[in-house]
Amino acid sequence: MSELYQLDVSALAAKLAAREVSSVEVTQALLERAKANADLGAYLALDEAVSLAQARAADARLAAGERAPLLGVPIAHKDIFVTKDFPTTAGSKMLEGYRSPFDATVVAKLAAAGAVTLGKLNCDEFAMGSGNDNSAYGPVLNPWDKTRVPGGSSGGSSAAVAARLVPAATGTDTGGSIRQPASFTGITGIKPTYGRCSRYGMVAYASSLDQAGPMARSAKDCALLLSAMVGPDLDRDSTSLDRPAEDYAAALGLPLSPDATVAQPLKGLRIGLPQEFFGAGCAPDVLAAVHAALAEYEKLGATLVEIRLPRTELSIPAYYIIAPAEASSNLSRFDGVKFGHRAKDYADLSDMYKKSRSEGFGEEVQRRILTGAYVLSHGYYDAYYLKAQQIRRLIAQDFQSAFEQCDLIAGPVAPSVAWKIGEKSDDPVAAYLADIYTLPASLSGLPGMSVPAGFGSDGMPVGLQLIGNYFQEARLLGAAHHFQCATDWHTRAPKDFA
Amino acid sequence: MSKKQASLLVQGYEVVIGFETHAQLSTHSKIFSRASVAFGAEPNTQACAVDLALPGTLPVMNKGAVERAIQFGLAVGSHVAERSIFARKNYFYPDLPKGYQISQFEIPVVQGGEVSFFLGDEKKSVRLVRAHLEEDAGKSLHEDFHGLSGIDLNRAGTPLLEIVTEPDIRSSAEAVAYAKELHKIVTWIGICDGNMQEGSFRCDANVSVRKPGAPLGTRREIKNLNSFKFMQQAIDFEVRWQIDRIEDGYEIEQATVLFDPDTGETRAMRTKEDAADYRYFPDPDLPPLLIEREWVERVRAEMPELPRVQAERFVADYGLPEYDATTLTQSPAMGAYFEQAAKLSGQAKLVSNWIMGEISRRLNAGELDIAASPVSAAQLAALVARIADNTISNNAGKQLMDALWAGEAIAGEPQAQVDALIESKGLKQMNDSGALEAIVDEVLAANEKNVAEYRAGKEKAFNALVGQVMKASKGKANPGQVNEVLKARLG
Repeated sequence: MSELYQLDVSALAAKLAAREVSSVEVTQALLERAKANADLGAYLALDEAVSLAQARAADARLAAGERAPLLGVPIAHKDIFVTKDFPTTAGSKMLEGYRSPFDATVVAKLAAAGAVTLGKLNCDEFAMGSGNDNSAYGPVLNPWDKTRVPGGSSGGSSAAVAARLVPAATGTDTGGSIRQPASFTGITGIKPTYGRCSRYGMVAYASSLDQAGPMARSAKDCALLLSAMVGPDLDRDSTSLDRPAEDYAAALGLPLSPDATVAQPLKGLRIGLPQEFFGAGCAPDVLAAVHAALAEYEKLGATLVEIRLPRTELSIPAYYIIAPAEASSNLSRFDGVKFGHRAKDYADLSDMYKKSRSEGFGEEVQRRILTGAYVLSHGYYDAYYLKAQQIRRLIAQDFQSAFEQCDLIAGPVAPSVAWKIGEKSDDPVAAYLADIYTLPASLSGLPGMSVPAGFGSDGMPVGLQLIGNYFQEARLLGAAHHFQCATDWHTRAPKDFA
Repeated sequence: MSKKQASLLVQGYEVVIGFETHAQLSTHSKIFSRASVAFGAEPNTQACAVDLALPGTLPVMNKGAVERAIQFGLAVGSHVAERSIFARKNYFYPDLPKGYQISQFEIPVVQGGEVSFFLGDEKKSVRLVRAHLEEDAGKSLHEDFHGLSGIDLNRAGTPLLEIVTEPDIRSSAEAVAYAKELHKIVTWIGICDGNMQEGSFRCDANVSVRKPGAPLGTRREIKNLNSFKFMQQAIDFEVRWQIDRIEDGYEIEQATVLFDPDTGETRAMRTKEDAADYRYFPDPDLPPLLIEREWVERVRAEMPELPRVQAERFVADYGLPEYDATTLTQSPAMGAYFEQAAKLSGQAKLVSNWIMGEISRRLNAGELDIAASPVSAAQLAALVARIADNTISNNAGKQLMDALWAGEAIAGEPQAQVDALIESKGLKQMNDSGALEAIVDEVLAANEKNVAEYRAGKEKAFNALVGQVMKASKGKANPGQVNEVLKARLG
């Protein structure tokens, strides 16, 4: 008999539905495990009373005969999502002790689907970072090697899922913040098409890029969560797309091509490999794992085709202009006036602004606010912001050309495995450059995911990135699911957390 | 330079004025949230999570505000943009909760257009650059907080249409006439309540002066002019101040100024050196505002007749003088009142005289709007009809109006009401020539002195005799008929 924490979403849901275990029991077990592993730094907030009350409500629904895929399953939320029942900090001192009067739409939708909220997960401050070492509440450790980063900014989510502290978590992805931590911790994560999940209740970093998504142990579990997360929210988010939710889990079994056979379920699927993703910039151990995974895809019947995404490199400057520009404006509301941190002593209004913001924001956040304010300034706007927007459009066009030759695009998620904590702290540009493979899909608003594809040097996990065209989440999840049916990389757990 | 232009110069300088007007749109809820915009609520009771800029909140466009912008565009002959863009204007201020104002910058919803009006007898036109949608900020309250400032965010997010003109205005009088016409348009089409005390219609005037033919001078912007009276005073003061500065050898420095009604002076709030860089950029939370032609056409089909068009029609259809037509088209209610009474009575000019005279006087005295007039258009038509057919004199009509105004009419058809009052008050004009001739003969006999003076060539004596006849008839004689009979007798 396996321990409760070892069960993934699908297995837990089956046990809950069969009433072999109660939601309260599972919740209690996972709360204990979270507390026992507090050294990972994954959780920022736990509230036993709140979680158990939700679990009891789920048990009552189960007892009444209700069955739903997530009913009674504990999950946890990245602390970027505002919640009524837990504090929300966005990983920042600025929001220490902040309590939202409403739940984010994604949180409310998952609660309505019956999921129990186990707590709030650490992240880089205001989702700015790729190592979860920019949190005001301390770093998150990678459960595969506690001296390494778990990726970021959804590092609390990736670490918690990888360490089996929770079967699934929400994340947000602006420039790779779901895919890269999933890759660094050997879990599965998907960022859907921009606008598929409501942004209402997500503390905004870069509005035109921010997108919520699930992080779990398998494509199947991601599909279960994503089905509950997507859908229009037109009264609250003007960028939410008017497109009904889909049942991605039900779609997992469907053939992806008319040529599919039982032995070769991916026959007819053309996977594009962008030449720019396989260059010298990518570490050999990562390339080796990715190539091995691609060979597996070939065995499953997929065809590999060479494609070009010629402006891949330009995605770095474009992103690091557009995202900070939007952030500089989005974070102006944290001024010490209405909520959030206010300096104790100040001479006048201007002094209050300066002190409150200097004390409340961490270094990386301040760096991006300054960068953003600079590129939007009079005289620089055309040269930076407008130029970056032009590049962004060209990058999106490149993808459309590429999708004329293939159905999916595959490549590495990141140029290396998880680095050592502190390794890139003094060199922000080095950390920015490591976003090169996730930024193009972000800038284009395309769905992308990370699928565990093996291990690199030092036994650290490597993720395979899959990128689909707009609204091709079902195809992405299907391609990942078939791969996971044929491989077991996604079932591997860090040895101390198995 | 024409004579007219020359006459407008102030101490040899030409005055150049452009306007920016913030019209608060008459929606029930805010431009990007569902909170109410009603005026006068307790501080911060009408500010929801979106208005407070709580983390995670996002703006959602209020279609009612867009619809009102379309109405305005159609009313002033503008291009209503198929696609316009919301932008963020970034600056820190405690009553600006997000740290930026959502406005429109590069591509506004309403482009071009013009506002035409009469300045005296002269028809003027002021070209519009644009009108754009934006949200209002909250209010900072600096009193009653013992050295601290209070913030009231009820007004934050209130929808505004900012209407910007070309620098086409050449005098303070023209500025006021423009502002009044714009006020009339926005209230007429119902997109703004026009309440200037409550800040629903606020004007900023960009004022500069130059020698005729010279390039535009440096402008100073007078902010928040919230009455037509102050507008004229402020501009007049500002013009004199600028001319004095230039004459004293100084250059005008670009500045934002405020008018102090107590001193009658303008004073600078901030100069160009501390002008902020607003770092405008398209708001990524709001997709481009797309307005399909069908929407514009639907709004067009529902637009009321505009004041200028109605005035022109009153001239053409009812033969009214331009002055009357303009006066009667101050509001849709006024125009409708006139038109109903004119149609019922067939006496347009007489109706016009009565509305502009007796009715307006009474409305003003009671501070009533014509929509609340105690005398209906049908009653006025019935009254006017009886003057026109000589049943009553004009003077008797005024007594009748008093009775109607006081609500003395008993239930019934308006004409029956009016006729009953004429009867009960004995207001009927004496149209029986036999009776009149008898009165005339009596008066002539009793006033031989006047008769003699008239015959000696003193015209004044005739008027005295008319007066005596009117008096003897207790005012009921028809003055025209009295003239005729007297002349015949004295002939």
